[in-house]
Amino acid sequence: MSTTTSLGHIDMPRPRRFALPIPRLPGWAVSWLQVGPLMLILSVLFALPTILFLVVSFYDYDRIGIYPAFILDNYRDLLTTPATWRVYLSSLKFAVIVWGVTLFLGFSVAHFLVFHIRSSMLRTVLFLLCAIPFWTSGIIRAIAWIPFLGRNGAFNQILMALGATHKPLDFLLFSDFAVIVTYVHLFTLLMIGPIANSLAKIDPALIEAARDAGASRWRTMVDVIIPLSKTGIALGSLLVFTQVMGDYFVVKTMSGGQSASIVSMLSTEITAMQYPPASANAMVLVLFVAIMVACMMRVVDVRKELVK
Amino acid sequence: MDSRFDVELVSVSKRYGTTLAVDNISLRIPAASYCCLLGPSGCGKTTTLRMIAGHEAISSGDILIRGENVSDLAPIRRGTAMMFQSYALFPHLTCLDNVAFSLKMRGVGKAERHAKAREFLGLVQMGDFVQRLPAQLSGGQQQRVALARALIMRPKVLLLDEPLSALDPFLRIKVREELKRLQRELGITFIHVTHSQDEAMAMADMMVVMQDGHIRQAGSPREVFERPVSPFIARFIGSHNVLNGPDGLIAVRADRCRLGTPGDGPFVNGRVTAVEYQGAMVRVAMATDPGTEASALVPDREFYADPVAPGDPATLTWAEQDAHTLMDA
Repeated sequence: MSTTTSLGHIDMPRPRRFALPIPRLPGWAVSWLQVGPLMLILSVLFALPTILFLVVSFYDYDRIGIYPAFILDNYRDLLTTPATWRVYLSSLKFAVIVWGVTLFLGFSVAHFLVFHIRSSMLRTVLFLLCAIPFWTSGIIRAIAWIPFLGRNGAFNQILMALGATHKPLDFLLFSDFAVIVTYVHLFTLLMIGPIANSLAKIDPALIEAARDAGASRWRTMVDVIIPLSKTGIALGSLLVFTQVMGDYFVVKTMSGGQSASIVSMLSTEITAMQYPPASANAMVLVLFVAIMVACMMRVVDVRKELVK
Repeated sequence: MDSRFDVELVSVSKRYGTTLAVDNISLRIPAASYCCLLGPSGCGKTTTLRMIAGHEAISSGDILIRGENVSDLAPIRRGTAMMFQSYALFPHLTCLDNVAFSLKMRGVGKAERHAKAREFLGLVQMGDFVQRLPAQLSGGQQQRVALARALIMRPKVLLLDEPLSALDPFLRIKVREELKRLQRELGITFIHVTHSQDEAMAMADMMVVMQDGHIRQAGSPREVFERPVSPFIARFIGSHNVLNGPDGLIAVRADRCRLGTPGDGPFVNGRVTAVEYQGAMVRVAMATDPGTEASALVPDREFYADPVAPGDPATLTWAEQDAHTLMDA
């Protein structure tokens, strides 16, 4: 009895070749077509304006107009004015404080949502609660703090009704405090999103494995969870940092004109039609933020992490 | 306090809301044995393992390890170490740091813990991969690292959750030999959860078959295979025919059944549905006239002396002493 079978004379179907009538594009053309749209958008909306600013920042100007030139006076004036340094320092101070507070809040909220909420339904609802305020304009949400924090605002009235204070607190509104509160309110979601995304990718078995190896909650946090969520932390930090440095409205409204921001400095120059110094200021701001971002990238290579 | 048993479960239950995942099970695992918890998915075997590990709170009952009640202790205080099904290696740490993790948690200095971790990576033949990240390793290599990471804790009991399920069949047989050898050399108890009866029979000193949160039978693989107590066990461990006998259901090993003609002994008539060549044996599957399925494992020489084909009528015969009565289903 024979049990051998031969596949030798079975006709295997050949892999079919698609013979399209149009000639194949060379590899380089395909690559250009693929990067083309993004390149176009970036060149028209980002590179060209930046180059324009760069060129104008070296122009000369007076009260009537601007004149093509190549002078460094705009930069010199900017960097030698104590006001510039004060504004940069104050913006940096806001950025660092807000970064710290939003990082703490954002990480806590994200951790709670990802690891402590068991029902995915409830988690979605809570995520929405975080996100829905974002659907209204930031300006409206900033202004909404005014009646709450004001001298006769809701918060002061609650404090007085509770007997915690008999005089309304003055530092609540039109102060650095008000600016920071508003920033935190506006930007915490920018931390929650990326961090929750990183945390959700952590295999729960890793946390059990850490526990199995004798790690306390704290050590699990420091040795496992935080290292594994550093991409989200870096992305969130990036978003919050650039938002605060580029802000104009919140500082102006909430500090009651007591603090200036870099952009408000710019805006003053633009209303005075001093375009060359405004351009120089913009270039310095771009460079400053780029350097800060580069520093963050040195800690976490976000590009490498995103590819994973 | 020492004990003849490494692990004892005393009336252990696990409730999730109103569902009972593990229902009042009791089990004693003798010292330095290889114990396999076997059963279909959802039978409670993994929950039982996780309760022993301390990753799942027990609803009632007690768990003793070497005579000490560990029911309320944290995993690290139980003297257990767990190897997770997905291996759960820390993706941001090198093999060396993964293995050294528990020592780091205990506050052992860097030089000392790394030396120790190298030693354990050597034990699982991973000495050349100390600086690799888990993502740079194959599944089999990751498993060895996970094993080293569990063993470095010097556990009294090593818990393995489906350790072989992610490996390809060839590697699986090799790894199960290694696990068994390691268990013998270390002289500690391994508790191994699996849904494969082949695996359990090949490895276990003690085989515990579970179903619906209950332990249905526990004993050496040979005891279980020779005398399955219920139709479920007989069917689950395979190579058994569950047939109607004079006093209810009986089980007969398929390799003790023959195809033949009705004689003095017991028999059942039917029709051949499939013939599978398995090398040394040929498995002939039948649909019996009473409407059940049965099969005979016939040595190849015997089969080819008088072959049958699907569709042929056939009679399954066995010797009276090879059948034993089962508890009702």
